[in-house]
Amino acid sequence: MEAEEVVAKPPKGRFCTICNQRRAALKRPKTLEQICRECFYAVFEEEIHGVIVDNQLFKPGERVAIGASGGKDSTVLAYVLSELNRRHNYGLDLFLLSVDEGITGYRDDSLETVKRNEIQYGLPLKVVSYKDLYGWTMDEIVKLIGLKNNCTFCGVFRRQALDRGATLLKVDKLVTGHNADDIAETVLLNILRGDIARLSRCTSITTGEDGPIPRCKPFKYTYEKEILTYAYFKRLDYFSTECIYSPNAYRGFAREFIKDLERIRPRAILDIIKSGEDFRISTSTKMPEQGNCERCGYISSQKWCKACVLLEGLNRGLPKLGIGRSRGANNELSKNAKEAKGIDSIQSKQCGTLDF
Amino acid sequence: MKLTLEFGGGLELLCDSVKIHHVNVEPQAGESKLTMKHLLPWVRTNLIKERPEMFMKGDSVRPGVLVLVNDCDWELSGQLDTNLEDKDIVVFISTLHGG
Repeated sequence: MEAEEVVAKPPKGRFCTICNQRRAALKRPKTLEQICRECFYAVFEEEIHGVIVDNQLFKPGERVAIGASGGKDSTVLAYVLSELNRRHNYGLDLFLLSVDEGITGYRDDSLETVKRNEIQYGLPLKVVSYKDLYGWTMDEIVKLIGLKNNCTFCGVFRRQALDRGATLLKVDKLVTGHNADDIAETVLLNILRGDIARLSRCTSITTGEDGPIPRCKPFKYTYEKEILTYAYFKRLDYFSTECIYSPNAYRGFAREFIKDLERIRPRAILDIIKSGEDFRISTSTKMPEQGNCERCGYISSQKWCKACVLLEGLNRGLPKLGIGRSRGANNELSKNAKEAKGIDSIQSKQCGTLDF
Repeated sequence: MKLTLEFGGGLELLCDSVKIHHVNVEPQAGESKLTMKHLLPWVRTNLIKERPEMFMKGDSVRPGVLVLVNDCDWELSGQLDTNLEDKDIVVFISTLHGG
Protein backbone atom coordinates (compact mmCIF):
# COMPACT_ATOMS: atom_id res chain seq x y z
CA MET A 1 0.00 0.00 0.00
CA GLU A 2 1.35 3.36 -1.05
CA ALA A 3 1.23 6.18 1.44
CA GLU A 4 2.03 8.62 -1.29
CA GLU A 5 0.23 8.66 -4.61
CA VAL A 6 2.17 9.99 -7.58
CA VAL A 7 0.02 11.69 -10.17
CA ALA A 8 1.50 11.88 -13.64
CA LYS A 9 1.25 14.79 -16.05
CA PRO A 10 -1.23 14.44 -18.90
CA PRO A 11 0.30 12.36 -21.69
CA LYS A 12 1.87 13.88 -24.78
CA GLY A 13 3.20 12.30 -27.93
CA ARG A 14 1.60 10.13 -30.59
CA PHE A 15 -1.96 8.95 -30.75
CA CYS A 16 -2.97 5.38 -30.11
CA THR A 17 -2.85 3.30 -33.31
CA ILE A 18 -6.06 1.51 -32.34
CA CYS A 19 -8.48 4.29 -31.32
CA ASN A 20 -6.55 7.24 -32.74
CA GLN A 21 -8.16 9.37 -30.03
CA ARG A 22 -6.03 9.09 -26.93
CA ARG A 23 -2.25 9.36 -26.53
CA ALA A 24 -0.27 6.15 -26.69
CA ALA A 25 1.02 4.90 -23.33
CA LEU A 26 3.02 1.84 -24.31
CA LYS A 27 4.59 -0.07 -27.15
CA ARG A 28 3.37 -3.65 -27.34
CA PRO A 29 6.35 -6.02 -27.52
CA LYS A 30 4.34 -8.55 -29.53
CA THR A 31 3.21 -6.23 -32.31
CA LEU A 32 5.19 -3.02 -31.75
CA GLU A 33 1.86 -1.15 -31.85
CA GLN A 34 1.74 2.06 -29.87
CA ILE A 35 -1.47 2.08 -27.91
CA CYS A 36 -3.25 3.97 -25.15
CA ARG A 37 -4.10 2.61 -21.72
CA GLU A 38 -7.76 1.91 -22.41
CA CYS A 39 -7.05 0.07 -25.67
CA PHE A 40 -4.25 -1.79 -23.91
CA TYR A 41 -6.62 -3.06 -21.20
CA ALA A 42 -9.04 -4.19 -23.88
CA VAL A 43 -6.54 -6.03 -26.10
CA PHE A 44 -4.69 -7.51 -23.14
CA GLU A 45 -7.85 -8.97 -21.61
CA GLU A 46 -9.44 -10.07 -24.87
CA GLU A 47 -6.25 -11.78 -26.04
CA ILE A 48 -6.29 -13.89 -22.90
CA HIS A 49 -9.97 -14.60 -23.46
CA GLY A 50 -9.03 -15.72 -26.99
CA VAL A 51 -6.38 -18.09 -25.64
CA ILE A 52 -8.89 -19.54 -23.17
CA VAL A 53 -11.53 -20.08 -25.85
CA ASP A 54 -9.21 -21.33 -28.61
CA ASN A 55 -7.60 -23.87 -26.32
CA GLN A 56 -10.84 -24.78 -24.53
CA LEU A 57 -9.15 -24.33 -21.19
CA PHE A 58 -12.38 -24.43 -19.18
CA LYS A 59 -15.84 -25.93 -19.25
CA PRO A 60 -18.89 -24.23 -17.72
CA GLY A 61 -19.42 -25.13 -14.08
CA GLU A 62 -15.82 -26.10 -13.40
CA ARG A 63 -14.07 -25.33 -10.15
CA VAL A 64 -10.72 -23.70 -10.86
CA ALA A 65 -7.89 -22.93 -8.45
CA ILE A 66 -5.52 -20.09 -9.23
CA GLY A 67 -2.02 -20.78 -7.92
CA ALA A 68 -1.43 -17.49 -6.10
CA SER A 69 1.97 -16.45 -4.85
CA GLY A 70 1.11 -12.80 -4.29
CA GLY A 71 3.51 -11.85 -7.09
CA LYS A 72 2.56 -9.85 -10.17
CA ASP A 73 1.77 -12.76 -12.50
CA SER A 74 -0.66 -14.59 -10.25
CA THR A 75 -2.20 -11.34 -9.01
CA VAL A 76 -2.90 -10.18 -12.57
CA LEU A 77 -4.15 -13.68 -13.42
CA ALA A 78 -6.61 -13.67 -10.52
CA TYR A 79 -7.82 -10.19 -11.44
CA VAL A 80 -8.20 -10.84 -15.18
CA LEU A 81 -9.70 -14.31 -14.77
CA SER A 82 -12.39 -13.14 -12.37
CA GLU A 83 -13.11 -10.23 -14.72
CA LEU A 84 -13.37 -12.49 -17.80
CA ASN A 85 -15.42 -15.04 -15.88
CA ARG A 86 -18.00 -12.33 -15.23
CA ARG A 87 -17.81 -10.64 -18.62
CA HIS A 88 -17.98 -13.78 -20.75
CA ASN A 89 -20.04 -15.98 -18.43
CA TYR A 90 -17.51 -18.79 -18.15
CA GLY A 91 -19.54 -20.09 -15.24
CA LEU A 92 -16.42 -20.93 -13.23
CA ASP A 93 -16.04 -21.18 -9.49
CA LEU A 94 -12.66 -19.55 -8.86
CA PHE A 95 -10.43 -20.08 -5.83
CA LEU A 96 -7.04 -18.78 -4.74
CA LEU A 97 -4.56 -21.45 -3.72
CA SER A 98 -1.34 -20.50 -1.96
CA VAL A 99 1.56 -22.46 -0.66
CA ASP A 100 3.21 -21.43 2.58
CA GLU A 101 6.78 -22.67 2.33
CA GLY A 102 7.57 -21.34 5.80
CA ILE A 103 10.07 -18.65 4.83
CA THR A 104 10.05 -15.92 7.44
CA GLY A 105 10.30 -12.41 6.03
CA TYR A 106 9.32 -13.54 2.56
CA ARG A 107 6.37 -15.86 2.27
CA ASP A 108 4.63 -14.54 5.35
CA ASP A 109 4.65 -11.08 3.74
CA SER A 110 3.51 -12.28 0.32
CA LEU A 111 0.71 -14.30 1.95
CA GLU A 112 -0.57 -11.05 3.42
CA THR A 113 -0.87 -9.80 -0.17
CA VAL A 114 -2.83 -12.91 -1.16
CA LYS A 115 -5.12 -12.41 1.83
CA ARG A 116 -5.85 -8.87 0.62
CA ASN A 117 -6.48 -10.24 -2.89
CA GLU A 118 -9.00 -12.65 -1.37
CA ILE A 119 -11.01 -9.66 -0.21
CA GLN A 120 -10.33 -7.40 -3.21
CA TYR A 121 -11.42 -9.98 -5.78
CA GLY A 122 -13.90 -11.87 -3.62
CA LEU A 123 -12.21 -15.22 -4.23
CA PRO A 124 -12.02 -17.82 -1.44
CA LEU A 125 -8.43 -18.58 -0.40
CA LYS A 126 -6.86 -21.87 0.66
CA VAL A 127 -3.34 -21.96 2.07
CA VAL A 128 -1.40 -25.24 2.33
CA SER A 129 1.88 -25.26 4.22
CA TYR A 130 5.03 -27.33 3.92
CA LYS A 131 4.94 -27.69 7.70
CA ASP A 132 1.53 -29.38 7.61
CA LEU A 133 2.22 -31.47 4.51
CA TYR A 134 5.82 -32.50 5.12
CA GLY A 135 6.56 -31.61 8.72
CA TRP A 136 9.29 -29.18 7.68
CA THR A 137 9.36 -25.46 6.91
CA MET A 138 11.87 -24.11 4.40
CA ASP A 139 13.47 -22.20 7.27
CA GLU A 140 14.10 -25.52 9.05
CA ILE A 141 15.33 -27.18 5.86
CA VAL A 142 17.79 -24.37 5.16
CA LYS A 143 19.00 -24.55 8.75
CA LEU A 144 19.82 -28.21 8.14
CA ILE A 145 21.14 -28.22 4.58
CA GLY A 146 22.38 -24.66 4.09
CA LEU A 147 21.91 -22.56 0.98
CA LYS A 148 22.88 -25.22 -1.52
CA ASN A 149 20.14 -27.23 -3.26
CA ASN A 150 17.46 -25.63 -1.11
CA CYS A 151 15.66 -24.49 -4.29
CA THR A 152 15.39 -28.14 -5.33
CA PHE A 153 13.53 -29.01 -2.13
CA CYS A 154 11.33 -25.99 -2.45
CA GLY A 155 10.49 -26.63 -6.12
CA VAL A 156 9.69 -30.32 -5.63
CA PHE A 157 7.62 -29.69 -2.53
CA ARG A 158 5.74 -26.77 -4.07
CA ARG A 159 4.62 -28.75 -7.07
CA GLN A 160 3.08 -31.46 -4.90
CA ALA A 161 1.73 -28.98 -2.39
CA LEU A 162 -0.27 -27.26 -5.12
CA ASP A 163 -1.71 -30.58 -6.24
CA ARG A 164 -2.63 -31.50 -2.69
CA GLY A 165 -4.22 -28.11 -2.10
CA ALA A 166 -6.15 -28.46 -5.35
CA THR A 167 -7.40 -31.86 -4.21
CA LEU A 168 -8.54 -30.38 -0.90
CA LEU A 169 -10.41 -27.66 -2.76
CA LYS A 170 -11.97 -30.36 -4.98
CA VAL A 171 -11.17 -28.31 -8.09
CA ASP A 172 -11.22 -29.59 -11.65
CA LYS A 173 -8.26 -27.51 -12.77
CA LEU A 174 -5.32 -25.54 -11.53
CA VAL A 175 -4.15 -22.42 -13.39
CA THR A 176 -0.77 -20.79 -12.90
CA GLY A 177 0.58 -17.40 -13.89
CA HIS A 178 3.48 -18.60 -16.04
CA ASN A 179 3.97 -16.03 -18.78
CA ALA A 180 5.53 -16.13 -22.26
CA ASP A 181 8.93 -15.05 -20.93
CA ASP A 182 8.88 -17.86 -18.34
CA ILE A 183 8.04 -20.43 -20.97
CA ALA A 184 10.69 -19.24 -23.44
CA GLU A 185 13.17 -19.40 -20.58
CA THR A 186 12.13 -22.95 -19.72
CA VAL A 187 12.42 -24.07 -23.37
CA LEU A 188 15.99 -22.78 -23.39
CA LEU A 189 16.82 -24.37 -20.05
CA ASN A 190 15.48 -27.75 -21.13
CA ILE A 191 17.60 -27.58 -24.29
CA LEU A 192 20.66 -26.61 -22.27
CA ARG A 193 20.06 -29.49 -19.88
CA GLY A 194 19.22 -31.95 -22.65
CA ASP A 195 15.97 -32.68 -20.86
CA ILE A 196 13.92 -34.11 -23.71
CA ALA A 197 10.99 -35.21 -21.55
CA ARG A 198 10.47 -31.74 -20.15
CA LEU A 199 11.21 -30.00 -23.44
CA SER A 200 8.34 -31.78 -25.07
CA ARG A 201 5.84 -30.84 -22.40
CA CYS A 202 6.99 -27.43 -21.18
CA THR A 203 5.22 -25.55 -23.98
CA SER A 204 1.88 -27.35 -23.54
CA ILE A 205 -0.77 -24.92 -22.41
CA THR A 206 -2.44 -27.72 -20.45
CA THR A 207 -0.48 -30.50 -18.72
CA GLY A 208 -1.37 -33.41 -16.52
CA GLU A 209 -4.60 -34.23 -18.33
CA ASP A 210 -4.01 -37.88 -17.51
CA GLY A 211 -3.57 -37.03 -13.82
CA PRO A 212 -6.19 -36.05 -11.28
CA ILE A 213 -5.90 -32.28 -11.72
CA PRO A 214 -4.82 -30.79 -15.05
CA ARG A 215 -2.85 -27.56 -14.97
CA CYS A 216 -3.03 -24.77 -17.46
CA LYS A 217 -1.28 -21.54 -18.27
CA PRO A 218 -3.60 -18.86 -19.67
CA PHE A 219 -0.63 -16.41 -19.87
CA LYS A 220 1.35 -18.71 -22.15
CA TYR A 221 1.44 -16.02 -24.87
CA THR A 222 1.37 -13.00 -22.56
CA TYR A 223 4.53 -10.94 -22.28
CA GLU A 224 5.89 -10.20 -18.85
CA LYS A 225 6.28 -6.55 -19.83
CA GLU A 226 2.54 -6.29 -20.46
CA ILE A 227 1.64 -8.08 -17.23
CA LEU A 228 3.85 -5.69 -15.32
CA THR A 229 2.47 -2.64 -17.15
CA TYR A 230 -1.09 -3.84 -16.57
CA ALA A 231 -0.43 -4.33 -12.86
CA TYR A 232 1.18 -0.91 -12.62
CA PHE A 233 -1.50 1.00 -14.55
CA LYS A 234 -4.30 -0.74 -12.64
CA ARG A 235 -2.43 -0.23 -9.37
CA LEU A 236 -2.93 -3.88 -8.50
CA ASP A 237 -1.71 -4.93 -5.09
CA TYR A 238 1.16 -7.36 -5.53
CA PHE A 239 4.28 -8.37 -3.68
CA SER A 240 7.73 -8.15 -5.19
CA THR A 241 10.65 -9.17 -3.06
CA GLU A 242 13.30 -11.68 -3.79
CA CYS A 243 13.22 -14.92 -1.91
CA ILE A 244 15.70 -14.57 0.93
CA TYR A 245 17.15 -18.00 0.16
CA SER A 246 19.21 -17.14 -2.90
CA PRO A 247 18.04 -17.15 -6.47
CA ASN A 248 18.53 -20.02 -8.86
CA ALA A 249 21.63 -18.91 -10.72
CA TYR A 250 21.32 -21.18 -13.75
CA ARG A 251 17.78 -20.06 -14.49
CA GLY A 252 18.87 -16.50 -13.80
CA PHE A 253 21.28 -16.63 -16.74
CA ALA A 254 18.61 -17.94 -19.09
CA ARG A 255 16.27 -15.25 -17.84
CA GLU A 256 18.72 -12.49 -18.48
CA PHE A 257 19.52 -13.89 -21.92
CA ILE A 258 15.83 -13.86 -22.85
CA LYS A 259 15.52 -10.26 -21.72
CA ASP A 260 18.59 -9.29 -23.77
CA LEU A 261 17.03 -10.96 -26.82
CA GLU A 262 13.74 -9.22 -26.20
CA ARG A 263 15.42 -5.85 -26.27
CA ILE A 264 16.88 -6.57 -29.71
CA ARG A 265 13.85 -8.34 -31.12
CA PRO A 266 10.75 -8.66 -28.93
CA ARG A 267 9.23 -11.36 -31.12
CA ALA A 268 12.09 -13.65 -30.09
CA ILE A 269 10.10 -14.73 -27.03
CA LEU A 270 7.15 -16.01 -29.06
CA ASP A 271 9.53 -17.51 -31.60
CA ILE A 272 11.32 -19.55 -28.92
CA ILE A 273 7.96 -20.84 -27.67
CA LYS A 274 7.07 -21.75 -31.25
CA SER A 275 10.37 -23.59 -31.65
CA GLY A 276 9.67 -25.47 -28.44
CA GLU A 277 6.22 -26.44 -29.66
CA ASP A 278 7.53 -27.63 -33.01
CA PHE A 279 10.27 -29.87 -31.66
CA ARG A 280 9.62 -33.41 -32.76
CA ILE A 281 11.00 -35.96 -30.38
CA SER A 282 12.28 -39.04 -32.17
CA THR A 283 10.08 -42.03 -31.40
CA SER A 284 13.15 -44.09 -30.51
CA THR A 285 13.93 -41.75 -27.59
CA LYS A 286 13.22 -43.56 -24.37
CA MET A 287 10.86 -41.49 -22.24
CA PRO A 288 10.43 -42.09 -18.54
CA GLU A 289 7.28 -44.03 -17.76
CA GLN A 290 4.78 -42.43 -15.44
CA GLY A 291 3.69 -44.52 -12.52
CA ASN A 292 2.81 -43.84 -8.91
CA CYS A 293 4.97 -43.40 -5.88
CA GLU A 294 4.88 -46.55 -3.75
CA ARG A 295 4.91 -44.46 -0.65
CA CYS A 296 2.47 -41.59 -1.12
CA GLY A 297 0.74 -42.48 -4.37
CA TYR A 298 1.72 -39.26 -6.15
CA ILE A 299 2.60 -39.57 -9.86
CA SER A 300 6.22 -40.58 -10.29
CA SER A 301 8.44 -42.20 -12.90
CA GLN A 302 10.45 -43.82 -10.10
CA LYS A 303 9.65 -46.18 -7.25
CA TRP A 304 9.38 -43.24 -4.90
CA CYS A 305 8.47 -39.75 -5.96
CA LYS A 306 11.05 -37.04 -5.66
CA ALA A 307 9.37 -35.42 -2.67
CA CYS A 308 9.41 -38.70 -0.72
CA VAL A 309 13.10 -39.26 -1.51
CA LEU A 310 13.96 -35.75 -0.37
CA LEU A 311 11.78 -36.07 2.71
CA GLU A 312 13.33 -39.41 3.63
CA GLY A 313 16.74 -37.75 3.41
CA LEU A 314 15.65 -34.92 5.69
CA ASN A 315 14.07 -37.22 8.25
CA ARG A 316 17.06 -39.56 8.34
CA GLY A 317 19.54 -36.73 8.58
CA LEU A 318 20.90 -37.47 5.08
CA PRO A 319 19.65 -34.39 3.29
CA LYS A 320 21.82 -34.99 0.22
CA LEU A 321 19.70 -38.00 -0.66
CA GLY A 322 18.07 -37.43 -4.01
CA ILE A 323 20.20 -34.40 -4.87
CA GLY A 324 22.32 -34.64 -7.98
CA ARG A 325 25.09 -37.23 -7.70
CA SER A 326 24.27 -38.18 -4.14
CA ARG A 327 25.75 -41.49 -3.07
CA GLY A 328 24.65 -41.46 0.55
CA ALA A 329 23.37 -44.70 2.00
CA ASN A 330 23.90 -47.85 -0.07
CA ASN A 331 20.41 -49.18 0.05
CA GLU A 332 17.49 -49.42 -2.31
CA LEU A 333 16.72 -45.77 -1.80
CA SER A 334 20.07 -44.40 -2.85
CA LYS A 335 19.95 -46.65 -5.90
CA ASN A 336 16.59 -45.17 -6.63
CA ALA A 337 18.01 -41.70 -6.19
CA LYS A 338 20.86 -42.50 -8.56
CA GLU A 339 18.53 -43.82 -11.20
CA ALA A 340 16.48 -40.71 -10.87
CA LYS A 341 19.51 -38.58 -11.59
CA GLY A 342 18.96 -38.47 -15.32
CA ILE A 343 15.61 -36.79 -15.00
CA ASP A 344 15.85 -35.00 -11.72
CA SER A 345 16.80 -31.60 -13.00
CA ILE A 346 13.87 -30.09 -11.17
CA GLN A 347 14.53 -26.55 -10.20
CA SER A 348 12.23 -23.88 -9.03
CA LYS A 349 11.67 -20.71 -10.93
CA GLN A 350 13.68 -17.95 -9.44
CA CYS A 351 12.11 -16.59 -6.31
CA GLY A 352 8.87 -17.84 -5.04
CA THR A 353 6.77 -18.45 -8.12
CA LEU A 354 5.17 -21.67 -9.10
CA ASP A 355 7.11 -24.40 -10.79
CA PHE A 356 6.23 -26.36 -13.88
CA MET B 1 15.01 20.56 -12.12
CA LYS B 2 12.69 18.72 -9.81
CA LEU B 3 11.85 15.11 -10.61
CA THR B 4 9.92 12.37 -8.85
CA LEU B 5 11.49 8.95 -9.18
CA GLU B 6 9.62 5.82 -8.24
CA PHE B 7 11.17 2.36 -7.84
CA GLY B 8 9.17 -0.86 -7.83
CA GLY B 9 9.23 -4.59 -8.44
CA GLY B 10 12.07 -4.99 -5.95
CA LEU B 11 14.30 -2.17 -7.26
CA GLU B 12 13.39 -0.14 -4.18
CA LEU B 13 15.47 -2.63 -2.18
CA LEU B 14 18.54 -1.23 -3.91
CA CYS B 15 17.82 2.22 -2.50
CA ASP B 16 17.15 1.60 1.19
CA SER B 17 13.63 0.29 0.48
CA VAL B 18 12.42 3.81 -0.32
CA LYS B 19 10.02 3.68 -3.25
CA ILE B 20 9.49 7.35 -4.02
CA HIS B 21 12.29 9.88 -4.22
CA HIS B 22 11.86 13.61 -4.82
CA VAL B 23 15.11 14.77 -6.31
CA ASN B 24 16.73 17.76 -7.92
CA VAL B 25 18.88 16.98 -10.96
CA GLU B 26 20.55 19.53 -13.19
CA PRO B 27 21.49 19.00 -16.85
CA GLN B 28 25.11 18.18 -17.48
CA ALA B 29 27.48 21.12 -17.81
CA GLY B 30 27.23 22.57 -21.31
CA GLU B 31 23.85 20.91 -21.97
CA SER B 32 20.55 22.71 -21.88
CA LYS B 33 18.38 19.64 -21.45
CA LEU B 34 18.36 16.70 -19.11
CA THR B 35 17.95 13.33 -20.83
CA MET B 36 17.42 9.80 -19.50
CA LYS B 37 20.96 9.04 -20.67
CA HIS B 38 22.19 11.45 -18.03
CA LEU B 39 19.61 10.63 -15.38
CA LEU B 40 20.47 6.91 -15.20
CA PRO B 41 24.10 7.31 -14.06
CA TRP B 42 22.94 10.07 -11.70
CA VAL B 43 20.51 7.61 -10.09
CA ARG B 44 23.16 4.92 -9.90
CA THR B 45 25.58 7.30 -8.16
CA ASN B 46 23.14 9.09 -5.89
CA LEU B 47 20.31 6.71 -5.04
CA ILE B 48 21.41 3.12 -5.59
CA LYS B 49 23.07 1.80 -2.44
CA GLU B 50 23.75 -1.80 -3.46
CA ARG B 51 23.97 -4.15 -6.45
CA PRO B 52 23.94 -1.43 -9.14
CA GLU B 53 24.11 -4.20 -11.77
CA MET B 54 20.47 -4.99 -10.94
CA PHE B 55 19.59 -1.50 -12.16
CA MET B 56 21.91 -0.80 -15.07
CA LYS B 57 23.66 -2.75 -17.77
CA GLY B 58 26.01 -0.78 -20.02
CA ASP B 59 24.66 2.75 -20.33
CA SER B 60 20.99 1.76 -20.09
CA VAL B 61 18.72 0.05 -17.59
CA ARG B 62 19.10 -3.67 -17.25
CA PRO B 63 16.87 -5.48 -19.76
CA GLY B 64 13.67 -6.45 -17.98
CA VAL B 65 13.37 -3.14 -16.14
CA LEU B 66 10.25 -1.27 -17.23
CA VAL B 67 10.68 2.51 -17.49
CA LEU B 68 7.75 4.92 -17.59
CA VAL B 69 8.09 8.68 -17.98
CA ASN B 70 4.88 10.40 -16.88
CA ASP B 71 3.11 7.04 -17.02
CA CYS B 72 4.20 6.48 -20.59
CA ASP B 73 6.48 3.66 -21.78
CA TRP B 74 9.89 5.21 -22.46
CA GLU B 75 10.09 3.18 -25.66
CA LEU B 76 7.65 5.74 -27.05
CA SER B 77 9.71 8.74 -26.09
CA GLY B 78 13.10 7.62 -27.35
CA GLN B 79 14.44 5.63 -24.38
CA LEU B 80 17.84 7.13 -23.48
CA ASP B 81 17.14 10.18 -25.67
CA THR B 82 13.96 11.03 -23.74
CA ASN B 83 14.09 14.67 -22.68
CA LEU B 84 13.04 15.31 -19.12
CA GLU B 85 11.23 18.38 -17.89
CA ASP B 86 10.61 19.93 -14.51
CA LYS B 87 8.17 17.90 -12.34
CA ASP B 88 8.40 14.82 -14.54
CA ILE B 89 7.74 11.46 -12.93
CA VAL B 90 10.03 8.58 -13.84
CA VAL B 91 9.12 5.05 -12.78
CA PHE B 92 11.46 2.04 -12.78
CA ILE B 93 9.98 -1.41 -12.20
CA SER B 94 11.99 -4.60 -12.31
CA THR B 95 10.73 -7.96 -13.54
CA LEU B 96 13.88 -9.76 -12.52
CA HIS B 97 12.81 -10.65 -9.03
CA GLY B 98 10.39 -13.28 -10.19
CA GLY B 99 6.78 -12.98 -9.33
